[in-house]
Amino acid sequence: MPARTTIVAFLLLALAFVAPVAAIDDTEKELDRYRQMLKADPWSNPGLLEADRGEALWKQVRGPKNASLEGCDLGKGPGKVEGAFAGLPRYFKDADRVLDLESRLVWCMETLQGFAKAEIVKRPYSKANQTGTDLEALATYVALKSNGAKFAPHLEHAKEKAALALGEGLFFRRQGPMDFACATCHGESGKRIRLQALPYLSKPEEARAVIGEWPAYRVSQGTVMTMQHRIADCYWQMRLPRVDYGSDVTIALTMYLVHQAKGGDITAPSIKR
Amino acid sequence: MNRSILLVGAIAAIAVAVFLLFPRAQGVSSVDAAIKASWTTADREWLARLIQDETQKACSHYRNAPPKAVADAILARERATIVYPADGNVLGDWKKGQVLAQSGYGGRFTDIPPRAENGGNCYACHQLDAAELSFGTLGPSLLAYGKDRKFAAADAKAVYERIYNPQATIACANMPRLGASKFLTVEQIKDLVAFVMSPESPVNQ
Ligand code: HEC
Ligand code: HEC
Repeated sequence: MPARTTIVAFLLLALAFVAPVAAIDDTEKELDRYRQMLKADPWSNPGLLEADRGEALWKQVRGPKNASLEGCDLGKGPGKVEGAFAGLPRYFKDADRVLDLESRLVWCMETLQGFAKAEIVKRPYSKANQTGTDLEALATYVALKSNGAKFAPHLEHAKEKAALALGEGLFFRRQGPMDFACATCHGESGKRIRLQALPYLSKPEEARAVIGEWPAYRVSQGTVMTMQHRIADCYWQMRLPRVDYGSDVTIALTMYLVHQAKGGDITAPSIKR
Repeated sequence: MNRSILLVGAIAAIAVAVFLLFPRAQGVSSVDAAIKASWTTADREWLARLIQDETQKACSHYRNAPPKAVADAILARERATIVYPADGNVLGDWKKGQVLAQSGYGGRFTDIPPRAENGGNCYACHQLDAAELSFGTLGPSLLAYGKDRKFAAADAKAVYERIYNPQATIACANMPRLGASKFLTVEQIKDLVAFVMSPESPVNQ
């Protein structure tokens, strides 16, 4: 009998120790459930629903100019989607600018379909537990079409080199009331903030493991999240003002991150915390 | 005629020299231009957050490893920012400090208008109380910090300084300058010092 009491007491003690973490990070459990589900059935990834919606949107004739996005050149020629994401961001002659996937989609919606840019970028991100926005769905679709490819970003044009240098400068730039740079939180291996693991994004091994996962379905949000959104969220955490969608800064940071992840597998859309 | 050729030549030489001497300055101005073009919806007050002070500039440039002369200048400049409590007592109420250490509220654009006081968010980066398992590791563990230092007054003052402005102790420290940036008040910092340093605090059990 006393032995039993001891065991029960021990279990209760262990529980008391573990419970607070479990309560805080229910998301981890949810994530595990998803991981199991994905193992059993890769098609159960909710991110794929967004990709499907994105494919339909890509093909649909829309906008003031009554056009689909099938004429959109993502770097491999008009309408070529397969593998295109792996070569982005890159310089586009027509726009005379380095563009990432999302800003290229905006450019195509603007020039091919005739949508007003202000309208397109007014609400680029979905809120928790909503279906994705058009941009999120399109980005997820295009990224999925590079699933299995490896990042091979361009670095030929002077503006591509400038974007990479800018991205690197920004990554290490400290600013704001907290003195944060990206490198404050992503500049060393094995660190975490609260319980959230922070990848060392300047280290190729660690960048390769995570950068190709975006756009990702986020279990904690119940919706897909793109790289533009991820970076904007980190700037929000840094206590800085709201950064523009598809801005030079967020494109340059994406360029920097993709270059750190060069050769890494694209596994988008993945499932993340 | 000759004079003007000389003058043009001299100006060109100076321009080349400036370009060679300050290639970094060129890079910095392109960063500033990109920043200007990338935050178009914020108002002046918020945009000011993107402008670096001298210390942020130096720490970014040297990636937090400044040469000695630069580090010394940072230490002196940052030490001069520290405002001590009027009565010299750096120990406040540890119970209030405990709450502040948990709170990550404040300073984000979604926190405006303010709905609570700013928090210290210490657990984001430090282990403090053994009972709180959700802690980050960007900073060292502060478990038993006061106890290990025998609750010495000099160490309490040092903790006050570490929270007020860590760069008065370590140039380009990664910890935010929570007092110098006015993110926390002197009273709040005193409460946090008490949380770290007083014998009754769970940090030291
Ligand atoms: C104050 C800390 C902090 C700063 C500063 C910060 N981040 Fe993050 N970052 C995080 C956290 C927290 C996560 C999410 C980790 C999680 O969900 O598990 C994250 C996630 C990311 C991810 C996704 C990583 C993954 O696991 O897939 C990327 C990419 C990223 N950040 C880029 C940046 C960039 C670029 C900057 C600078 C503009 C930046 N971060 C600044 C805290 C920060
Ligand atoms: C964003 C991360 C971060 C936050 C938030 C933070 N710290 Fe720190 N802290 C650090 C780091 C990193 C160090 C190590 C020195 C350095 O780089 O600043 C440190 C060092 C310290 C030290 C000195 C430890 C020693 O070695 O003697 C004390 C004391 C301390 N922090 C207390 C606090 C308290 C109290 C708070 C909350 C008000 C806090 N910190 C918030 C990152 C942080």
